[in-house]
Amino acid sequence: MNNDIRIVTSRRGFLGTMFSAGAFIVGARLPLEGAAPAAKAASSAAWHPNVYLGIDPDGTVILVTHRSEMGTGVRSVLPVVLADELEADWGRVRLEQAVGDTKYGSQNTDGSCSIRDFYDSLREAGATARTMLERAAASKWGVPASECKAKNHEVVHSSGKKLGYGELATLAKQQAKPAASELKYKTAAEFRYIGKEMPTMDRDDLVSGKGTFGYDAKVPGMVYASIERSPVYAGKLKKFDDAAAKHVKGVSNVVVVDAFKGPHVFQPLGGVAVVADNTWSAMQGRRALKVEWESSPHAVFESAAYKRDLMAAAQKPQKVVRKLGDVNAEFARAGVKTHEASYYVPMLSHVPMEPPAAVAHWQNGKVTAWAATQNPQAVQEAMAASMGIKKEDATCHVTLLGGGFGRKSKPDYVVEAAMISKAVGKPVKVAWSREEDIKFDFYHAVAAMHCKAALGANGRPTAWLARSVFPSIGTTFGDASGYGQEFELGMGLVDIPYNIPNIQAENGAAPNHVRIGWMRAVANIYHAFGTHSFTDELAAAANRDRVEYILDLIGPARKIDFAAEGTKFWNNGQSLDKFPYDTARLRRVAELVADKSGWAKKKSGAGRGVGIAVHRSFLTYVAAVAEVEVDAAGKLRIVRVDIAADPGMIINPDRVRSQFEGAAVFGASLAMMSEITAEGGVVKQSNFHNYNVARMSDVPFETHVHIVPSTEPAAGVGEPGVPPIAPAICNAVFAATGKRVRELPLKHHKLA
Amino acid sequence: MIKLKVNGAARQFDGPTDMPLLWYLRDVLDLTGTKFGCGMAQCGACTVHVNGKPTRACITPMSAAAGKTIVTIEGLSEEGDHPVQEAWKQCNVPQCGYCQSGQIMQAVALLKDKSKPTDKDIDTAMSGNICRCGTYQRIRQAIKVASGQVKA
Repeated sequence: MNNDIRIVTSRRGFLGTMFSAGAFIVGARLPLEGAAPAAKAASSAAWHPNVYLGIDPDGTVILVTHRSEMGTGVRSVLPVVLADELEADWGRVRLEQAVGDTKYGSQNTDGSCSIRDFYDSLREAGATARTMLERAAASKWGVPASECKAKNHEVVHSSGKKLGYGELATLAKQQAKPAASELKYKTAAEFRYIGKEMPTMDRDDLVSGKGTFGYDAKVPGMVYASIERSPVYAGKLKKFDDAAAKHVKGVSNVVVVDAFKGPHVFQPLGGVAVVADNTWSAMQGRRALKVEWESSPHAVFESAAYKRDLMAAAQKPQKVVRKLGDVNAEFARAGVKTHEASYYVPMLSHVPMEPPAAVAHWQNGKVTAWAATQNPQAVQEAMAASMGIKKEDATCHVTLLGGGFGRKSKPDYVVEAAMISKAVGKPVKVAWSREEDIKFDFYHAVAAMHCKAALGANGRPTAWLARSVFPSIGTTFGDASGYGQEFELGMGLVDIPYNIPNIQAENGAAPNHVRIGWMRAVANIYHAFGTHSFTDELAAAANRDRVEYILDLIGPARKIDFAAEGTKFWNNGQSLDKFPYDTARLRRVAELVADKSGWAKKKSGAGRGVGIAVHRSFLTYVAAVAEVEVDAAGKLRIVRVDIAADPGMIINPDRVRSQFEGAAVFGASLAMMSEITAEGGVVKQSNFHNYNVARMSDVPFETHVHIVPSTEPAAGVGEPGVPPIAPAICNAVFAATGKRVRELPLKHHKLA
Repeated sequence: MIKLKVNGAARQFDGPTDMPLLWYLRDVLDLTGTKFGCGMAQCGACTVHVNGKPTRACITPMSAAAGKTIVTIEGLSEEGDHPVQEAWKQCNVPQCGYCQSGQIMQAVALLKDKSKPTDKDIDTAMSGNICRCGTYQRIRQAIKVASGQVKA
């Protein structure tokens, strides 16, 4: 380890550098090029994406985390699974953060899937190592392996004699790797750590300022760059004058960063970079630049007009993406009563507290980055593509992330650092300002949704039409059609779970004028807002209890058979066999949240109200109840939020609760106050004074999280708490005031 | 030449006097526990104590720090065991953790002024500090734990 590189926290290091020479390293079905010789045995088995663990002769167990820590707790969860199956003593483990490498499988930390996708592989890695340690002890003692059992960092013989993992490490190397069929997994009753309240890995560093984020990375000889970009997307550089910039003390270079070509993907926007020996001088130098830009076709982007177009498109028939029965025949039936409404959610920015930041160093045709990134393999690919080198010659170390929310899956800022490093011949830090972060995001899409229902007895729908129009994330990746991608449509549009004979979902195309990206919960945000607001409207019109009405619409317990009706449903890329859409679980969270929130006893009206929304996303079932007060002046206060969630089995209950607590705040921000707008193609917001997010005084005063105990496969917890929050809050506002808010954010509406 | 005291050590700085204290701490002294969040005193991530008062380092020029005593998160306690830090641990407050240095420095200052802050006191003192992960509920709890009003 290069001690000059301030990149390690006290328990943080990088694979291949921290193992001692005698370490016993296990990979479960991994190709282990470059790893310790003993581990090569594993590579002869079938390839299987996985992570490592290792044991040093001093008994330290080294656990490798290959996913990025942005606050969701992966570093406190993934190693727990490994350690548990290994029977390791938690006090004797050390965590290492993996560099980007396809041998780990996907490292793209988004989609709420770290446990969903890696739980089985981690257990296999742990069980494999444990079995080899037991066999090593058996061979040393000359006894059958069946008489040896691993327990708390030791292998114990039936006679009572013991050997520690450190003592066995060297011998364990020589054991044949057990076949998958030979592995014995712990039962749930035998878990030491899984499902238990475990300490959070980086907690002590984070309360003492010792965590190393991308913004904190520093390598010897490093310089700092600040980049001026076209205020309008895709505006080309016309000319610039850097004379004044070069006079700023500390400024050493001015470098043109080439603009993206073709589909944007993860390329930089391009611009003019000022390089200096400290952050402040680089920023001052950039301010002193005089830059002119060519006009861009995206200068036509006016948010007010764009909104009118989206809302108008949502009133017209669009591409049918789900068709069950015949909604139009039902709407046309003589005497049928209908209700319809349109909803709007504005463009949003991620604003992680740490803006995008990375250090990169180009040397001898290779590049190394230290980055706050959710996706180190995408960093490798994007740097390699832009520098014209092989992916193997692009290395990415992963720091802690000061929040991510999807923004840091897109490594444009790391590529900027690499390009500038190549130009100036030194390691370069690119650390975005808040203004850059807000003005040049990969934005969460603005969306319009229109819903229409035909109403039967007791106000129960006989037909349900849901239509959404939004600029797709696909536009950033070269699909110019503007239609939603299957994954966007599968986030709350085609998967409306109601037991109604006629359901139709439609999607309209919309042009992009900025980079569109995914933000925590993605398309679920606007689909859930429209769907669950509309559900509440229908229940109100029928004068029915909301919980009872929702349960009626969900209908009996069943697994929804989308294929039988000819609907293609994304289901987060998972099979409906492993992760069915199970309405019994959806009903259960609705019933649980009603019970725990005291729903039946809460009285709405006269400035106080409760609202509910029930939504499955990322394969997790969530119901939220919000309780609000609106005073005579129209000031909204969220009194309490209850969230009931069924995410399948969980590893670390505290980190699960914290994700849902945070989701309530994230949802409250977008419900109440967040909005990005553009005029003449220029984003009008620039910092937290005009792009608002929830503060201490704005947030739900109490958030209560109720997790359904489950042995079902782990689904995910990072995102699914967000979608039901905004509709639950707005439904509560309606209950309190009689005012139906169909367009976010709430700050634009007079509630008094 | 600007002279100041940072975490107990006497320091001298002969760089630009308009450089914000934040960048001096981070880039020059390598005290990276104090974070950049907005650069315009909107988020509190850069909160340090200047002569004991919670101050946004991102808008405090070095000229204004001359002759002052600065305490950063690194100087709050040697072992990371200040009562407020201990309360933060007990409540398991941090998610990503990026804003927590500033939150803690702000909370320490609040508790110096008000040993038993009410919810309203906490709202008033802490609303300048943004946490995008949404740990506010636990921050409130930790302040009450640190002030002995509740148990974790």
